[in-house]
Amino acid sequence: MVKPKHWWDLPARILGYAILILVTLSMVIPFIWMVSTSLKPRGSEFSYPPQLFPTSLDFSNYQDLFTLVPFGQYFFNTALVTAFTVAGQLLVCSMAAYGFSRLKFVGRDVIFILYLATMMIPFQITLIPLFLIVFGLGWINTYQGLIIPGISSVFGIFLLRQAFMGVPQDYHDAARIDGASEWTIFTRVFLPLNGPALTTLAVFAFMGTWTDLLWPLLIARNQEMRTLELGLAYFNANTTAYRQTNWPMVMAAAVVVMLPVLIVYIFAQRYFVEGISLSGVKG
Amino acid sequence: MQSTPLLERHLFTSGPRWWQRFWGRSNERVGYLFILPSLLHLVVFLLIPLLFSFYLSFTDWRGTNFYSAPFIGTANYEFMIGDRRWWNAMGNSAYYTLLAVPLGMIISLAIALVMNQALRGVNIFRTLFFMPVISSWVAVSVIWITLLDPRAGILNYVLQLFGLPGVNWLGDPATAMPSLVLITIWKGAGFQMVIWLAGLQAIPNELKEAAAIDGANAWHSFWRITLPLLKPTTFFLLITGIIGSLQVFSSVYVITGGGPRGATDVAVHRIYLRAFESFDMGYASALAWILFAVIFVFTLIQVVYMRTREESLF
Repeated sequence: MVKPKHWWDLPARILGYAILILVTLSMVIPFIWMVSTSLKPRGSEFSYPPQLFPTSLDFSNYQDLFTLVPFGQYFFNTALVTAFTVAGQLLVCSMAAYGFSRLKFVGRDVIFILYLATMMIPFQITLIPLFLIVFGLGWINTYQGLIIPGISSVFGIFLLRQAFMGVPQDYHDAARIDGASEWTIFTRVFLPLNGPALTTLAVFAFMGTWTDLLWPLLIARNQEMRTLELGLAYFNANTTAYRQTNWPMVMAAAVVVMLPVLIVYIFAQRYFVEGISLSGVKG
Repeated sequence: MQSTPLLERHLFTSGPRWWQRFWGRSNERVGYLFILPSLLHLVVFLLIPLLFSFYLSFTDWRGTNFYSAPFIGTANYEFMIGDRRWWNAMGNSAYYTLLAVPLGMIISLAIALVMNQALRGVNIFRTLFFMPVISSWVAVSVIWITLLDPRAGILNYVLQLFGLPGVNWLGDPATAMPSLVLITIWKGAGFQMVIWLAGLQAIPNELKEAAAIDGANAWHSFWRITLPLLKPTTFFLLITGIIGSLQVFSSVYVITGGGPRGATDVAVHRIYLRAFESFDMGYASALAWILFAVIFVFTLIQVVYMRTREESLF
């Protein structure tokens, strides 16, 4: 903390806080609005003037969510797809990262550059054929259709490769001298040593899968296969802003979608910010 | 690797000599086995789709001729030249990008500059600013649809408190896109702010102190010292911002559905409609390749810039 040098330092500091508090309010009020609307009885959500805090708490919207709409099923689908995607990414990416960082084989660096080059391909360009391939495999409306295309990520491989390269070569050599196979070294030495990097990848994979809209939109055609995000999008008055909707119930749904993400964020904030700044530094 | 399974033994004791030598080296074998799952995934779900997409763009592939799409040469690309809806969508994407990227960068830089003044509680502010970043686009969209409601939304209420007329934010073609930009900036400011802050914290304090001794005021030292030293950060946010803006989809899909009267129909949304609502997948693939070409220009600029900074990946 820099010591105040000038007479204007204190007013400047107050102004700084004022700006930050104003920005914070604009960031937080929409979320307060979401929660409070979800607790209002239907029909009272558009009272004038708008009420930021509800006068009474009405949890019936949440009940309706799980009784009138199969939101429990959506929740289960999302949890299942996310769990398998995260587990798959951790396994596939860490194996590849180990291969690229610690093993020598013909063409390794060329293949790795190819991997990195694919990061330049936007998802939209492969979307249509990817859909056709998944369709050809008969995976429309299946869990594998939602999971398998997401179980590897070049970003994840890159992230873990950086971490694995930081492990001293001595550890590796010592384990080899003890007669450990590469698989044993990988699972017993490298994975336990790189908990933070693996957690970062898990958090990213979780956030990305839990909040994905486009892919479930194409694959989950039946109502019982929908994810939370997709259920919420359909729920939102069949997509546009120009129709009347049951807003308290939509907001209750939004709260249910957001809650797990917020919880993970609060507990894993450090890893998340780390990953973000890594992506920034690499630019 | 003590015992060798039968299949593996068969693999490296039969076939041509180079094959045998290749498999005979256990280190090589193990290396390939480790990257095999990801390589298979990359080939099946990325490289094959990429080539397939290029092929599709030269065919008349529709829902009705799924397995016998005729090859029609460059007809899709020729049709695109006269497709007014496509050019409207490209124009909308450009408009969105030109509004959202600079405004978002300026606003988030301003917040980062304030936060960099070593204020207490920076972590709490950062946590709160990051809430929109981690939120799902659909949740954010439904919240903002109600906030921007012309009759009962909070935004118009605030305007009326100041005696200003209400705005039909999402219903008016003139304000629909700026409204989407507003939501985008609200959602992305926390992310950009963290990147700016990292850049600001990398600037040595001595530089500013030396400038202050030489009589530079805060305004001068910002333009002459801070901003030039933030060039890598600026460049990163600019290019990734442009690439991201050209790919916008979820917010448009949920909030406006491309309306009103096509005013927010952006490129990816148009591709989506063509491919998955008209099932005109050949033409949609051609559109996707044009968009890819535009995005790729910016990607190349970034790659070349990274090279010049000698940020080697090895």
